[in-house]
Amino acid sequence: MIEIKDLHKSYQMGSNSLHVLKGLNFKVSEGELVAIMGSSGSGKSTLLNILGMLDVADDGEYILDGVTIKNMNETKAAQYRNKFLGFIFQSFNLINYKTALENVALPLYYQGMGRKARQEKALKYLEQVGLKEWSHHLPNELSGGQKQRVAIARAMVTEPKVLLADELTGALDSKTSYEVMDLLQTINDLGNTILVVTHEEDIAHMCKRIVHLRDGIIVKDEKIKQVRASEYVQ
Amino acid sequence: MRLLFDRNTWQEIFGSIRKNKIRTIITVIGVLWGIFVYIALSGAAKGMDNGFERSFENIAMNSLFAWAQSTSIPYEGFKTGRSLQLKLNDATVIQNRIPEIQYIAPRNVRGVFGDAPGAIVRGTKSGSYAVYGDFPVFTSIATKEIYDNGRFINEADIEQSRKVAVIGERTQQELFEKDEDPIGGYIRIDNIYFQVVGVHKFTQGGGFGGDGDIHIPFSTYKKLYNTGENVGWFSIAAYDDADVVQVEKDVKSVLKGIHRVHPDDERAFGSFNLGEIFNRIMGFSKGLTFISLIVGVATILAGIIGIGAILLISVKERTKELGVRRALGATPREIRSLIILECVFLTVISGVMGIILGAAVLNVVSNATQDIDFPYTNPTVPIPLVLGAMALMVIMGTLIGMIPAQRAVSIRPIDALREE
Repeated sequence: MIEIKDLHKSYQMGSNSLHVLKGLNFKVSEGELVAIMGSSGSGKSTLLNILGMLDVADDGEYILDGVTIKNMNETKAAQYRNKFLGFIFQSFNLINYKTALENVALPLYYQGMGRKARQEKALKYLEQVGLKEWSHHLPNELSGGQKQRVAIARAMVTEPKVLLADELTGALDSKTSYEVMDLLQTINDLGNTILVVTHEEDIAHMCKRIVHLRDGIIVKDEKIKQVRASEYVQ
Repeated sequence: MRLLFDRNTWQEIFGSIRKNKIRTIITVIGVLWGIFVYIALSGAAKGMDNGFERSFENIAMNSLFAWAQSTSIPYEGFKTGRSLQLKLNDATVIQNRIPEIQYIAPRNVRGVFGDAPGAIVRGTKSGSYAVYGDFPVFTSIATKEIYDNGRFINEADIEQSRKVAVIGERTQQELFEKDEDPIGGYIRIDNIYFQVVGVHKFTQGGGFGGDGDIHIPFSTYKKLYNTGENVGWFSIAAYDDADVVQVEKDVKSVLKGIHRVHPDDERAFGSFNLGEIFNRIMGFSKGLTFISLIVGVATILAGIIGIGAILLISVKERTKELGVRRALGATPREIRSLIILECVFLTVISGVMGIILGAAVLNVVSNATQDIDFPYTNPTVPIPLVLGAMALMVIMGTLIGMIPAQRAVSIRPIDALREE
């Protein structure tokens, strides 16, 4: 599903050049649930941004579902993001003047889908994350966990190839975190490919594979025994 | 284009406008004020314009009067200070010599320039009114509206020196009973009986003249007051395309030639150039229109620039939202059109409101000034000007909107989404 070869990225900080990614190689196949771990500054967010086509690598190859992502203009990148990727952010990034339903329906709007169809589909995904009753509430009327579930529904609604989650439990307490991870595992069980960036050990261990990053290189890439989050959820 | 007619686009725009109510209202007020000033000013200017035009509507706009005074330069053996007298024949000479003249009406009057007015008697009623000796051509220079059943002096009256009179509204009220038909009735002007053939409606403007004026045939006047070939003054109307100032000069120089006056004698003949005055007033009102246009357009521009500035701030505020939209698959084009359309939409809405408000105010002012003696009639703003303003707003709204739109697009989604 995802394949990166010898990926390099450096940032220009004044006269200094900061080499963030120093030649990464890895593959993610369909249906995997991968955690990317590392301390801050290890380059995990940069990697996720490149995978999410929000940023471009200086060197190396990135193949997403058989398509080489290279020399994309913004318009093309936007279309690919919409079609292939779903984003989940630490701070949810819901649009605060839109209801939960409208937030979930937004990516479909950018696909050019009609209003009726959009809302129907969005409602279906809200139901899947258990928030059907909250569909007409604004984000500030929802709890953190609910907001993140809306964000997950929004990421899912376009049926993307890959879900990219950036510290998705960073702003949640551990109980809510486990609930969200439980949801993510359920989605993964349905066959979706998910990449989770995190620095929390327990969250990482709820994935099926952990990629350890340090100073821009992969230091360890191991398959693990998955801990089911449902064990922690009453 | 497809974007413009897509209901979804508008839902997005309404969403973001509704979210920022105060911002929207302040923005709207900026342009609303601009277009309001524009409409109110140019409407008022047009009202003045119409008002002036109405004030002059009963007299030819390119007309002038000329009369004789006395010489100030000795010439051909005549000493200075010689009194001059216009003669009836002068009219023919002037008309023949100056092709730009359309009509020339010799006139005489009694009771306007300090001499005694005509004593008018009818039965037990009497009064003093100005009496004019007129030719029918006078009505071609200054419109005299005559009430039903009546007429003005005609050629036959002149030829036969008929004793007929056209009286004023006030004269009718003062000499006749309310339900009495004055037409055919007789009045005594300085002891000579005249038959009333018409009553003229009095309209303000165009020099002297009143609602009690009595007009009698020029030929009758000269017999009545023994004025011979003397003429008080000439009322002259030039053709529409003629230069009235030049005509005025020509008339004077022809008169100087006839009456053997030094060509440089400025005091020998007096004149009053209504055309020139009129042109000056029209120039003034044109200037007013122009200024109101400039001020209005400038105010609109200021308002639109205000919208641009507020949107620029709002884009900064919405950095994160726009980043999310980008991450969710909004193309730069879609982001750009969202901001531009928001700008244009706000501009147009406030423009329309400003136009309505401006029109309402013009209407109120128009009603308030209807019955007072002020040159202000029917203040309107020509449709092309309104459409022009709308077009200007859409174009400027788009151009100004491009600045925040470009700013919105130039924000990279990753920067927008970076956690604080």
